[in-house]
Amino acid sequence: MLSRKKAALVLILMLTVILGTVPPLWAQDPLAPFKTLEGKIDIAGGTAHIPVMTEAAEQIMKANPKIRITVAGGGSGVGVQKVGSGLVDIGNTGRALTPAEVSKYGLKTFPFAIDGVAVALNPQNPVSALTSQQVRDIFAGKIKNWKEVGGADAPIHLFTRDEASGTRETFWKKLLKKGPIDAKANIVASNGAMKMALAQDSRAIGYLGIGFVDQKVKAIKLDGAEPTQENAKSGAYQVTRLLFMNTKGDPQPLLLAFINYIKGPRGAKIIQKHGFIPIQK
Amino acid sequence: MVISCASVLAILGFLAYFALPIFAGGHLGEIFSWEWRPFQGQCGILPMAVGSFLLAVTAMGLAYPLGLGICGFAHGLGPRWLRRPLLGLIHFLTSIPTVIYGFVSVIFLVPLVRGIFPESTGYSWLTAALTLSLMVLPTIVLLIQAQLQQVDGRVRLASAALGFSPAQTFLWVLGPQASRGLWAAAVLGFSRALGDTIIALMVAGNAPQVPHSLLDSIRTLTAHIALVVATDSTSQAYQSIFASGLILFMVTTAINLTLRRLQSGTRPAASHD
Repeated sequence: MLSRKKAALVLILMLTVILGTVPPLWAQDPLAPFKTLEGKIDIAGGTAHIPVMTEAAEQIMKANPKIRITVAGGGSGVGVQKVGSGLVDIGNTGRALTPAEVSKYGLKTFPFAIDGVAVALNPQNPVSALTSQQVRDIFAGKIKNWKEVGGADAPIHLFTRDEASGTRETFWKKLLKKGPIDAKANIVASNGAMKMALAQDSRAIGYLGIGFVDQKVKAIKLDGAEPTQENAKSGAYQVTRLLFMNTKGDPQPLLLAFINYIKGPRGAKIIQKHGFIPIQK
Repeated sequence: MVISCASVLAILGFLAYFALPIFAGGHLGEIFSWEWRPFQGQCGILPMAVGSFLLAVTAMGLAYPLGLGICGFAHGLGPRWLRRPLLGLIHFLTSIPTVIYGFVSVIFLVPLVRGIFPESTGYSWLTAALTLSLMVLPTIVLLIQAQLQQVDGRVRLASAALGFSPAQTFLWVLGPQASRGLWAAAVLGFSRALGDTIIALMVAGNAPQVPHSLLDSIRTLTAHIALVVATDSTSQAYQSIFASGLILFMVTTAINLTLRRLQSGTRPAASHD
Protein backbone atom coordinates (compact mmCIF):
# COMPACT_ATOMS: atom_id res chain seq x y z
CA MET A 1 0.00 0.00 0.00
CA LEU A 2 2.67 2.38 1.10
CA SER A 3 4.90 1.54 -1.81
CA ARG A 4 2.02 2.06 -4.20
CA LYS A 5 1.45 5.48 -2.69
CA LYS A 6 5.11 6.23 -3.02
CA ALA A 7 5.09 5.03 -6.59
CA ALA A 8 2.16 7.30 -7.32
CA LEU A 9 4.04 10.20 -5.78
CA VAL A 10 7.11 9.47 -7.85
CA LEU A 11 4.93 9.24 -10.92
CA ILE A 12 3.30 12.57 -10.15
CA LEU A 13 6.68 14.08 -9.52
CA MET A 14 8.01 12.75 -12.81
CA LEU A 15 4.93 13.93 -14.62
CA THR A 16 5.29 17.39 -13.17
CA VAL A 17 8.93 17.53 -14.13
CA ILE A 18 8.11 16.33 -17.62
CA LEU A 19 5.23 18.78 -17.93
CA GLY A 20 7.45 21.51 -16.68
CA THR A 21 10.24 20.78 -19.10
CA VAL A 22 8.28 20.12 -22.27
CA PRO A 23 6.67 23.47 -22.90
CA PRO A 24 5.66 23.54 -26.58
CA LEU A 25 2.95 20.91 -26.36
CA TRP A 26 1.57 21.87 -22.98
CA ALA A 27 2.09 25.61 -22.94
CA GLN A 28 -1.33 26.04 -24.55
CA ASP A 29 -3.07 25.13 -21.32
CA PRO A 30 -1.28 26.36 -18.20
CA LEU A 31 -3.87 24.54 -16.08
CA ALA A 32 -2.86 21.14 -17.49
CA PRO A 33 -0.32 20.34 -14.74
CA PHE A 34 -3.12 20.46 -12.18
CA LYS A 35 -5.24 17.80 -13.94
CA THR A 36 -3.36 14.94 -12.32
CA LEU A 37 -2.98 16.56 -8.91
CA GLU A 38 -5.10 16.90 -5.83
CA GLY A 39 -4.72 18.22 -2.30
CA LYS A 40 -4.74 21.43 -0.33
CA ILE A 41 -2.57 24.53 -0.40
CA ASP A 42 -2.67 27.03 2.46
CA ILE A 43 -1.20 30.44 1.77
CA ALA A 44 -0.61 33.30 4.23
CA GLY A 45 1.57 36.38 4.65
CA GLY A 46 2.06 39.63 2.72
CA THR A 47 -1.13 41.57 2.14
CA ALA A 48 -0.04 42.93 -1.26
CA HIS A 49 0.01 39.38 -2.62
CA ILE A 50 -3.57 38.53 -1.74
CA PRO A 51 -5.41 39.64 -4.91
CA VAL A 52 -2.97 37.75 -7.15
CA MET A 53 -3.04 34.59 -5.02
CA THR A 54 -6.82 34.62 -4.73
CA GLU A 55 -7.42 34.95 -8.45
CA ALA A 56 -4.92 32.24 -9.36
CA ALA A 57 -6.46 30.00 -6.70
CA GLU A 58 -9.94 30.52 -8.13
CA GLN A 59 -8.83 29.60 -11.63
CA ILE A 60 -7.06 26.46 -10.45
CA MET A 61 -9.87 25.30 -8.15
CA LYS A 62 -12.37 25.84 -10.96
CA ALA A 63 -10.30 23.71 -13.32
CA ASN A 64 -9.82 20.96 -10.74
CA PRO A 65 -12.24 20.83 -7.78
CA LYS A 66 -10.02 18.26 -6.06
CA ILE A 67 -7.57 21.03 -5.28
CA ARG A 68 -8.38 23.36 -2.38
CA ILE A 69 -6.44 26.59 -1.94
CA THR A 70 -6.89 29.01 0.96
CA VAL A 71 -5.42 32.51 1.02
CA ALA A 72 -4.92 34.59 4.18
CA GLY A 73 -3.02 37.77 5.06
CA GLY A 74 -1.07 38.66 8.19
CA GLY A 75 1.92 40.49 6.76
CA SER A 76 5.38 39.46 5.65
CA GLY A 77 6.57 38.52 9.14
CA VAL A 78 3.57 36.27 9.73
CA GLY A 79 4.17 34.67 6.33
CA VAL A 80 7.69 33.67 7.35
CA GLN A 81 6.66 32.37 10.77
CA LYS A 82 3.70 30.38 9.49
CA VAL A 83 5.49 28.70 6.62
CA GLY A 84 8.54 28.15 8.81
CA SER A 85 6.55 26.37 11.48
CA GLY A 86 4.60 24.35 8.92
CA LEU A 87 1.21 26.00 9.52
CA VAL A 88 0.89 26.98 5.86
CA ASP A 89 2.44 25.71 2.65
CA ILE A 90 3.35 29.05 1.11
CA GLY A 91 4.37 32.10 3.16
CA ASN A 92 4.34 35.32 1.17
CA THR A 93 6.73 38.16 1.85
CA GLY A 94 7.06 41.61 0.36
CA ARG A 95 10.74 41.64 1.25
CA ALA A 96 13.70 39.32 0.81
CA LEU A 97 14.14 36.81 3.63
CA THR A 98 16.83 37.64 6.15
CA PRO A 99 19.73 35.17 6.36
CA ALA A 100 18.59 34.36 9.90
CA GLU A 101 15.13 33.39 8.65
CA VAL A 102 16.50 31.23 5.85
CA SER A 103 18.82 29.32 8.15
CA LYS A 104 16.34 29.01 11.02
CA TYR A 105 13.52 27.53 8.93
CA GLY A 106 15.24 26.22 5.79
CA LEU A 107 13.10 28.27 3.43
CA LYS A 108 13.17 28.36 -0.39
CA THR A 109 12.22 31.65 -1.95
CA PHE A 110 10.50 32.40 -5.27
CA PRO A 111 10.32 36.02 -6.46
CA PHE A 112 7.43 36.48 -8.91
CA ALA A 113 6.60 40.18 -9.24
CA ILE A 114 7.86 43.72 -8.87
CA ASP A 115 5.77 46.08 -6.79
CA GLY A 116 6.23 49.82 -6.61
CA VAL A 117 5.52 51.78 -3.44
CA ALA A 118 3.79 55.08 -4.19
CA VAL A 119 3.61 58.16 -2.01
CA ALA A 120 -0.06 59.01 -1.90
CA LEU A 121 -2.32 61.88 -0.80
CA ASN A 122 -6.01 62.60 -0.67
CA PRO A 123 -7.38 63.45 -4.15
CA GLN A 124 -8.53 66.85 -2.84
CA ASN A 125 -4.97 67.89 -2.03
CA PRO A 126 -3.70 70.33 -4.72
CA VAL A 127 -0.12 69.01 -4.35
CA SER A 128 0.67 66.42 -7.01
CA ALA A 129 4.48 66.23 -7.10
CA LEU A 130 7.19 66.21 -4.45
CA THR A 131 10.93 65.69 -4.44
CA SER A 132 12.50 62.83 -2.47
CA GLN A 133 14.03 65.39 -0.14
CA GLN A 134 10.64 66.96 0.56
CA VAL A 135 9.16 63.55 1.35
CA ARG A 136 12.07 62.82 3.67
CA ASP A 137 11.59 66.15 5.47
CA ILE A 138 7.84 65.62 5.74
CA PHE A 139 8.23 62.17 7.28
CA ALA A 140 11.01 63.36 9.58
CA GLY A 141 8.62 66.00 10.89
CA LYS A 142 10.70 68.95 9.62
CA ILE A 143 8.03 70.10 7.18
CA LYS A 144 4.78 70.35 9.11
CA ASN A 145 2.49 72.42 6.88
CA TRP A 146 1.26 71.81 3.33
CA LYS A 147 1.97 75.44 2.34
CA GLU A 148 5.71 74.74 2.64
CA VAL A 149 5.45 72.39 -0.34
CA GLY A 150 2.98 74.42 -2.39
CA GLY A 151 -0.28 73.28 -0.84
CA ALA A 152 -2.96 74.85 1.33
CA ASP A 153 -2.19 76.35 4.73
CA ALA A 154 -2.98 73.22 6.71
CA PRO A 155 -1.09 70.86 9.00
CA ILE A 156 0.31 67.70 7.45
CA HIS A 157 -1.15 64.47 8.81
CA LEU A 158 1.44 61.70 8.68
CA PHE A 159 0.46 58.06 8.15
CA THR A 160 2.94 55.20 8.19
CA ARG A 161 2.94 51.40 8.52
CA ASP A 162 4.10 49.11 11.32
CA GLU A 163 7.64 47.71 11.45
CA ALA A 164 6.57 44.30 10.13
CA SER A 165 5.38 45.80 6.85
CA GLY A 166 7.30 45.06 3.65
CA THR A 167 5.80 48.21 2.15
CA ARG A 168 7.25 50.25 5.00
CA GLU A 169 10.63 48.63 4.63
CA THR A 170 10.78 49.44 0.92
CA PHE A 171 9.64 53.01 1.49
CA TRP A 172 12.05 53.52 4.36
CA LYS A 173 15.09 52.04 2.62
CA LYS A 174 14.57 53.22 -0.95
CA LEU A 175 12.96 56.60 -0.43
CA LEU A 176 13.73 57.79 3.10
CA LYS A 177 17.25 56.31 2.86
CA LYS A 178 16.69 54.89 6.35
CA GLY A 179 15.96 58.39 7.64
CA PRO A 180 13.80 59.03 10.70
CA ILE A 181 10.02 58.83 10.76
CA ASP A 182 8.32 61.25 13.18
CA ALA A 183 7.11 59.42 16.30
CA LYS A 184 3.85 61.38 16.02
CA ALA A 185 2.97 59.62 12.76
CA ASN A 186 -0.15 57.48 12.88
CA ILE A 187 0.46 53.81 12.23
CA VAL A 188 -1.96 51.69 10.23
CA ALA A 189 -1.73 47.92 9.96
CA SER A 190 -2.37 47.18 6.26
CA ASN A 191 -2.36 48.61 2.73
CA GLY A 192 -6.15 48.65 2.85
CA ALA A 193 -6.25 50.59 6.11
CA MET A 194 -3.74 53.06 4.63
CA LYS A 195 -5.95 53.64 1.60
CA MET A 196 -8.95 54.20 3.85
CA ALA A 197 -7.07 56.71 6.01
CA LEU A 198 -5.78 58.65 2.98
CA ALA A 199 -9.14 58.61 1.22
CA GLN A 200 -10.83 60.19 4.25
CA ASP A 201 -8.36 62.89 5.20
CA SER A 202 -7.57 65.80 2.86
CA ARG A 203 -4.42 66.65 4.85
CA ALA A 204 -2.96 63.17 4.93
CA ILE A 205 0.20 61.79 3.38
CA GLY A 206 1.14 58.13 3.35
CA TYR A 207 2.44 55.39 1.09
CA LEU A 208 1.09 52.16 -0.34
CA GLY A 209 1.70 49.50 -2.96
CA ILE A 210 1.02 50.73 -6.52
CA GLY A 211 -1.44 47.85 -6.90
CA PHE A 212 -3.66 49.48 -4.27
CA VAL A 213 -3.77 52.90 -5.93
CA ASP A 214 -7.12 53.84 -7.45
CA GLN A 215 -9.22 56.99 -7.76
CA LYS A 216 -9.79 57.13 -3.99
CA VAL A 217 -6.19 58.24 -3.41
CA LYS A 218 -3.71 60.29 -5.41
CA ALA A 219 -0.30 58.79 -6.10
CA ILE A 220 2.11 61.68 -6.61
CA LYS A 221 5.08 62.18 -8.92
CA LEU A 222 8.37 61.67 -7.15
CA ASP A 223 11.28 63.72 -8.53
CA GLY A 224 9.21 64.01 -11.69
CA ALA A 225 8.63 60.27 -12.12
CA GLU A 226 5.07 58.95 -12.16
CA PRO A 227 4.68 55.82 -10.00
CA THR A 228 3.46 53.51 -12.75
CA GLN A 229 4.18 49.94 -13.73
CA GLU A 230 6.07 51.11 -16.83
CA ASN A 231 8.32 53.46 -14.86
CA ALA A 232 8.95 50.83 -12.22
CA LYS A 233 9.93 48.38 -14.94
CA SER A 234 12.20 50.81 -16.77
CA GLY A 235 13.82 51.95 -13.54
CA ALA A 236 12.63 55.55 -13.89
CA TYR A 237 10.67 55.02 -10.67
CA GLN A 238 12.91 53.47 -8.08
CA VAL A 239 10.85 52.91 -4.96
CA THR A 240 10.21 49.27 -5.81
CA ARG A 241 10.46 45.86 -4.22
CA LEU A 242 10.09 42.23 -5.18
CA LEU A 243 7.20 40.06 -4.05
CA PHE A 244 8.13 36.54 -2.95
CA MET A 245 6.49 33.22 -2.31
CA ASN A 246 8.39 31.06 0.19
CA THR A 247 8.20 27.35 0.91
CA LYS A 248 9.79 25.24 3.60
CA GLY A 249 12.37 23.15 1.75
CA ASP A 250 11.80 22.19 -1.88
CA PRO A 251 8.13 22.50 -2.89
CA GLN A 252 5.95 19.39 -3.26
CA PRO A 253 4.50 18.69 -6.74
CA LEU A 254 1.26 20.55 -6.13
CA LEU A 255 3.09 23.55 -4.65
CA LEU A 256 5.56 23.53 -7.52
CA ALA A 257 2.70 23.48 -10.00
CA PHE A 258 1.13 26.45 -8.22
CA ILE A 259 4.37 28.40 -8.18
CA ASN A 260 4.94 27.64 -11.86
CA TYR A 261 1.41 28.77 -12.63
CA ILE A 262 1.99 32.10 -10.88
CA LYS A 263 5.30 32.52 -12.68
CA GLY A 264 3.87 31.37 -16.02
CA PRO A 265 1.96 33.32 -18.71
CA ARG A 266 -1.44 33.03 -17.01
CA GLY A 267 0.04 34.19 -13.71
CA ALA A 268 1.71 37.10 -15.46
CA LYS A 269 -1.69 38.29 -16.69
CA ILE A 270 -3.13 38.16 -13.18
CA ILE A 271 -0.10 39.93 -11.76
CA GLN A 272 -0.38 42.72 -14.33
CA LYS A 273 -4.10 43.08 -13.79
CA HIS A 274 -3.51 43.84 -10.13
CA GLY A 275 -0.93 46.52 -10.78
CA PHE A 276 2.33 44.59 -10.40
CA ILE A 277 5.02 43.68 -12.89
CA PRO A 278 5.52 39.96 -13.47
CA ILE A 279 8.97 38.40 -13.36
CA GLN A 280 9.10 35.63 -15.97
CA LYS A 281 11.23 32.58 -15.42
CA MET B 1 -11.54 25.10 38.27
CA VAL B 2 -8.41 23.00 38.03
CA ILE B 3 -8.24 23.51 34.29
CA SER B 4 -8.69 27.26 34.50
CA CYS B 5 -6.08 27.54 37.24
CA ALA B 6 -3.68 25.40 35.26
CA SER B 7 -4.17 27.41 32.10
CA VAL B 8 -3.63 30.70 33.91
CA LEU B 9 -0.44 29.33 35.44
CA ALA B 10 0.63 27.97 32.07
CA ILE B 11 0.15 31.39 30.48
CA LEU B 12 2.13 33.03 33.26
CA GLY B 13 4.89 30.44 32.92
CA PHE B 14 4.97 30.84 29.15
CA LEU B 15 5.17 34.64 29.36
CA ALA B 16 7.79 34.53 32.07
CA TYR B 17 9.85 32.00 30.11
CA PHE B 18 9.87 34.11 26.97
CA ALA B 19 10.36 37.37 28.84
CA LEU B 20 13.27 35.83 30.74
CA PRO B 21 15.96 36.75 28.18
CA ILE B 22 14.99 40.38 28.68
CA PHE B 23 15.58 40.19 32.41
CA ALA B 24 18.59 37.91 32.21
CA GLY B 25 20.26 39.60 29.24
CA GLY B 26 20.36 43.01 30.84
CA HIS B 27 17.89 44.42 28.31
CA LEU B 28 15.54 45.47 31.05
CA GLY B 29 16.57 49.11 30.85
CA GLU B 30 16.10 49.09 27.08
CA ILE B 31 12.60 47.64 27.21
CA PHE B 32 11.50 49.88 30.08
CA SER B 33 12.49 53.12 28.41
CA TRP B 34 10.68 55.90 26.61
CA GLU B 35 11.86 55.52 23.01
CA TRP B 36 10.44 53.06 20.48
CA ARG B 37 12.79 53.06 17.47
CA PRO B 38 13.48 49.37 16.84
CA PHE B 39 15.71 49.95 13.80
CA GLN B 40 17.96 52.11 15.95
CA GLY B 41 17.94 49.46 18.66
CA GLN B 42 15.61 51.34 21.02
CA CYS B 43 12.71 49.17 22.08
CA GLY B 44 11.08 51.06 24.95
CA ILE B 45 7.50 50.18 25.79
CA LEU B 46 6.81 52.72 28.52
CA PRO B 47 4.88 55.05 26.15
CA MET B 48 2.58 52.12 25.37
CA ALA B 49 2.10 51.34 29.07
CA VAL B 50 1.17 54.98 29.64
CA GLY B 51 -1.10 54.87 26.59
CA SER B 52 -2.93 51.78 27.86
CA PHE B 53 -3.42 53.29 31.28
CA LEU B 54 -4.61 56.69 30.04
CA LEU B 55 -6.99 55.19 27.52
CA ALA B 56 -8.53 52.78 30.00
CA VAL B 57 -8.94 55.48 32.64
CA THR B 58 -10.55 58.00 30.28
CA ALA B 59 -12.83 55.41 28.72
CA MET B 60 -13.97 54.43 32.21
CA GLY B 61 -14.29 58.08 33.18
CA LEU B 62 -16.77 58.48 30.36
CA ALA B 63 -18.57 55.16 30.61
CA TYR B 64 -18.94 54.77 34.36
CA PRO B 65 -21.04 57.86 35.13
CA LEU B 66 -23.10 57.12 32.04
CA GLY B 67 -23.62 53.53 33.14
CA LEU B 68 -24.56 54.63 36.62
CA GLY B 69 -27.01 57.12 35.13
CA ILE B 70 -28.61 54.45 32.98
CA CYS B 71 -29.02 52.18 35.99
CA GLY B 72 -30.56 55.02 37.97
CA PHE B 73 -32.87 55.67 35.07
CA ALA B 74 -33.93 52.05 35.02
CA HIS B 75 -34.47 51.98 38.79
CA GLY B 76 -36.98 54.64 39.52
CA LEU B 77 -35.46 57.85 38.15
CA GLY B 78 -36.90 57.44 34.67
CA PRO B 79 -40.34 56.49 33.40
CA ARG B 80 -41.11 52.80 33.90
CA TRP B 81 -42.09 52.12 30.28
CA LEU B 82 -38.62 53.16 29.10
CA ARG B 83 -36.87 50.69 31.35
CA ARG B 84 -37.27 47.60 29.20
CA PRO B 85 -36.29 49.16 25.86
CA LEU B 86 -33.30 50.83 27.49
CA LEU B 87 -31.98 47.66 29.08
CA GLY B 88 -32.78 45.79 25.88
CA LEU B 89 -30.60 48.23 24.00
CA ILE B 90 -27.76 47.69 26.47
CA HIS B 91 -28.11 43.94 26.08
CA PHE B 92 -27.96 44.39 22.34
CA LEU B 93 -24.77 46.43 22.69
CA THR B 94 -23.04 43.50 24.36
CA SER B 95 -23.72 41.31 21.36
CA ILE B 96 -21.96 43.60 18.85
CA PRO B 97 -18.46 42.34 18.05
CA THR B 98 -15.76 44.79 19.12
CA VAL B 99 -14.41 45.12 15.61
CA ILE B 100 -17.75 46.62 14.52
CA TYR B 101 -17.32 49.40 17.08
CA GLY B 102 -13.87 50.03 15.66
CA PHE B 103 -15.02 49.98 12.08
CA VAL B 104 -17.99 52.27 12.60
CA SER B 105 -15.75 54.59 14.58
CA VAL B 106 -13.23 54.80 11.72
CA ILE B 107 -16.01 55.73 9.32
CA PHE B 108 -18.01 58.17 11.48
CA LEU B 109 -16.18 59.27 14.59
CA VAL B 110 -12.68 59.73 13.16
CA PRO B 111 -13.80 62.21 10.45
CA LEU B 112 -16.00 63.96 13.01
CA VAL B 113 -13.13 64.51 15.43
CA ARG B 114 -10.89 65.62 12.54
CA GLY B 115 -13.59 68.03 11.38
CA ILE B 116 -13.94 69.63 14.80
CA PHE B 117 -10.19 69.71 15.57
CA PRO B 118 -8.35 70.31 12.26
CA GLU B 119 -4.90 69.89 13.82
CA SER B 120 -5.75 66.32 14.73
CA THR B 121 -5.85 63.42 12.27
CA GLY B 122 -8.92 62.09 14.03
CA TYR B 123 -7.05 58.93 15.01
CA SER B 124 -6.53 59.92 18.61
CA TRP B 125 -6.76 59.22 22.30
CA LEU B 126 -10.10 61.05 22.35
CA THR B 127 -11.63 59.02 19.53
CA ALA B 128 -10.45 55.75 21.05
CA ALA B 129 -11.71 56.74 24.50
CA LEU B 130 -15.17 57.59 23.14
CA THR B 131 -15.42 54.34 21.19
CA LEU B 132 -14.06 52.26 24.01
CA SER B 133 -16.44 53.83 26.53
CA LEU B 134 -19.33 52.65 24.39
CA MET B 135 -17.80 49.18 24.32
CA VAL B 136 -17.42 48.86 28.10
CA LEU B 137 -20.75 50.52 28.88
CA PRO B 138 -22.82 47.29 28.74
CA THR B 139 -20.40 45.53 31.10
CA ILE B 140 -20.80 48.30 33.63
CA VAL B 141 -24.56 48.60 33.29
CA LEU B 142 -25.22 44.87 33.47
CA LEU B 143 -23.06 44.36 36.54
CA ILE B 144 -24.59 47.25 38.47
CA GLN B 145 -28.02 46.30 37.23
CA ALA B 146 -27.67 42.72 38.44
CA GLN B 147 -26.80 43.90 41.91
CA LEU B 148 -29.50 46.56 42.02
CA GLN B 149 -32.12 44.06 41.00
CA GLN B 150 -31.25 41.86 43.97
CA VAL B 151 -31.55 44.74 46.38
CA ASP B 152 -34.42 46.56 44.73
CA GLY B 153 -37.20 44.09 45.54
CA ARG B 154 -36.16 43.90 49.16
CA VAL B 155 -36.00 47.58 49.98
CA ARG B 156 -38.20 49.40 47.51
CA LEU B 157 -41.46 49.03 49.39
CA ALA B 158 -39.82 49.71 52.72
CA SER B 159 -38.19 52.91 51.53
CA ALA B 160 -41.36 54.02 49.79
CA ALA B 161 -43.25 53.42 53.01
CA LEU B 162 -40.73 55.61 54.79
CA GLY B 163 -41.56 58.38 52.38
CA PHE B 164 -38.44 58.36 50.18
CA SER B 165 -38.85 59.64 46.64
CA PRO B 166 -37.51 57.37 43.86
CA ALA B 167 -34.41 59.57 43.53
CA GLN B 168 -33.76 59.44 47.25
CA THR B 169 -34.27 55.68 47.25
CA PHE B 170 -31.68 55.28 44.50
CA LEU B 171 -29.15 57.61 46.06
CA TRP B 172 -29.44 56.70 49.75
CA VAL B 173 -30.79 53.17 49.80
CA LEU B 174 -30.12 51.27 46.60
CA GLY B 175 -26.73 52.81 45.87
CA PRO B 176 -25.07 51.98 49.18
CA GLN B 177 -26.68 48.54 49.29
CA ALA B 178 -25.35 47.73 45.85
CA SER B 179 -21.88 49.09 46.45
CA ARG B 180 -20.24 45.74 45.78
CA GLY B 181 -21.80 45.71 42.34
CA LEU B 182 -20.60 49.28 41.82
CA TRP B 183 -17.05 48.27 42.65
CA ALA B 184 -17.20 45.12 40.58
CA ALA B 185 -18.46 47.11 37.61
CA ALA B 186 -15.64 49.62 37.96
CA VAL B 187 -12.97 46.96 38.28
CA LEU B 188 -14.22 44.70 35.53
CA GLY B 189 -14.99 47.61 33.22
CA PHE B 190 -11.47 48.90 33.70
CA SER B 191 -9.92 45.55 32.89
CA ARG B 192 -12.07 45.21 29.77
CA ALA B 193 -10.98 48.67 28.66
CA LEU B 194 -7.36 47.81 29.38
CA GLY B 195 -7.58 44.50 27.54
CA ASP B 196 -9.25 45.77 24.39
CA THR B 197 -7.05 45.50 21.31
CA ILE B 198 -8.95 46.08 18.14
CA ILE B 199 -10.53 49.45 18.95
CA ALA B 200 -7.19 50.89 20.06
CA LEU B 201 -5.50 49.41 17.01
CA MET B 202 -8.08 50.82 14.61
CA VAL B 203 -8.71 54.31 15.96
CA ALA B 204 -6.07 55.38 18.50
CA GLY B 205 -3.45 56.09 15.80
CA ASN B 206 -0.76 53.82 17.29
CA ALA B 207 2.04 56.41 17.45
CA PRO B 208 4.48 55.20 20.13
CA GLN B 209 4.52 58.41 22.13
CA VAL B 210 3.33 59.86 25.41
CA PRO B 211 0.39 62.07 24.43
CA HIS B 212 0.36 65.77 25.26
CA SER B 213 -3.32 66.22 24.57
CA LEU B 214 -6.47 64.20 24.05
CA LEU B 215 -6.06 64.80 20.32
CA ASP B 216 -2.69 63.08 20.07
CA SER B 217 -2.22 59.65 18.59
CA ILE B 218 -1.44 56.95 21.18
CA ARG B 219 -0.51 53.27 21.22
CA THR B 220 -1.68 50.78 23.83
CA LEU B 221 0.24 47.69 24.97
CA THR B 222 -2.37 45.46 23.36
CA ALA B 223 -2.17 47.25 20.00
CA HIS B 224 1.61 47.15 20.34
CA ILE B 225 1.56 43.37 20.62
CA ALA B 226 -0.74 43.13 17.61
CA LEU B 227 1.54 45.36 15.53
CA VAL B 228 4.86 43.82 16.53
CA VAL B 229 3.87 40.14 16.54
CA ALA B 230 4.32 40.08 12.77
CA THR B 231 7.94 41.24 12.82
CA ASP B 232 10.99 39.03 12.50
CA SER B 233 10.78 36.78 15.54
CA THR B 234 14.54 36.84 16.04
CA SER B 235 14.65 40.59 16.68
CA GLN B 236 14.74 42.40 19.97
CA ALA B 237 11.60 44.31 19.07
CA TYR B 238 9.82 40.97 19.11
CA GLN B 239 10.89 40.32 22.69
CA SER B 240 9.21 43.53 23.79
CA ILE B 241 5.82 41.91 23.21
CA PHE B 242 6.48 39.39 25.96
CA ALA B 243 7.29 42.18 28.36
CA SER B 244 4.07 43.92 27.24
CA GLY B 245 2.15 40.71 27.74
CA LEU B 246 3.62 40.23 31.17
CA ILE B 247 2.65 43.75 32.24
CA LEU B 248 -0.91 43.29 30.98
CA PHE B 249 -1.17 39.88 32.59
CA MET B 250 0.02 41.09 35.96
CA VAL B 251 -2.26 44.12 35.94
CA THR B 252 -5.33 42.10 34.98
CA THR B 253 -4.46 39.45 37.56
CA ALA B 254 -4.18 42.11 40.23
CA ILE B 255 -7.55 43.47 39.11
CA ASN B 256 -9.12 40.03 39.25
CA LEU B 257 -7.76 39.35 42.70
CA THR B 258 -9.25 42.64 43.86
CA LEU B 259 -12.52 41.60 42.34
CA ARG B 260 -12.46 38.26 44.14
CA ARG B 261 -11.85 39.95 47.45
CA LEU B 262 -14.79 42.23 46.77
CA GLN B 263 -17.04 39.32 45.89
CA SER B 264 -16.04 37.16 48.81
CA GLY B 265 -16.75 39.97 51.26
CA THR B 266 -19.50 38.37 53.34
CA ARG B 267 -20.90 41.47 54.91
CA PRO B 268 -23.63 43.19 52.89
CA ALA B 269 -21.07 45.85 52.12
CA ALA B 270 -20.94 49.58 52.12
CA SER B 271 -23.26 50.53 54.93
CA HIS B 272 -20.25 49.98 57.18
CA ASP B 273 -17.78 52.21 55.35
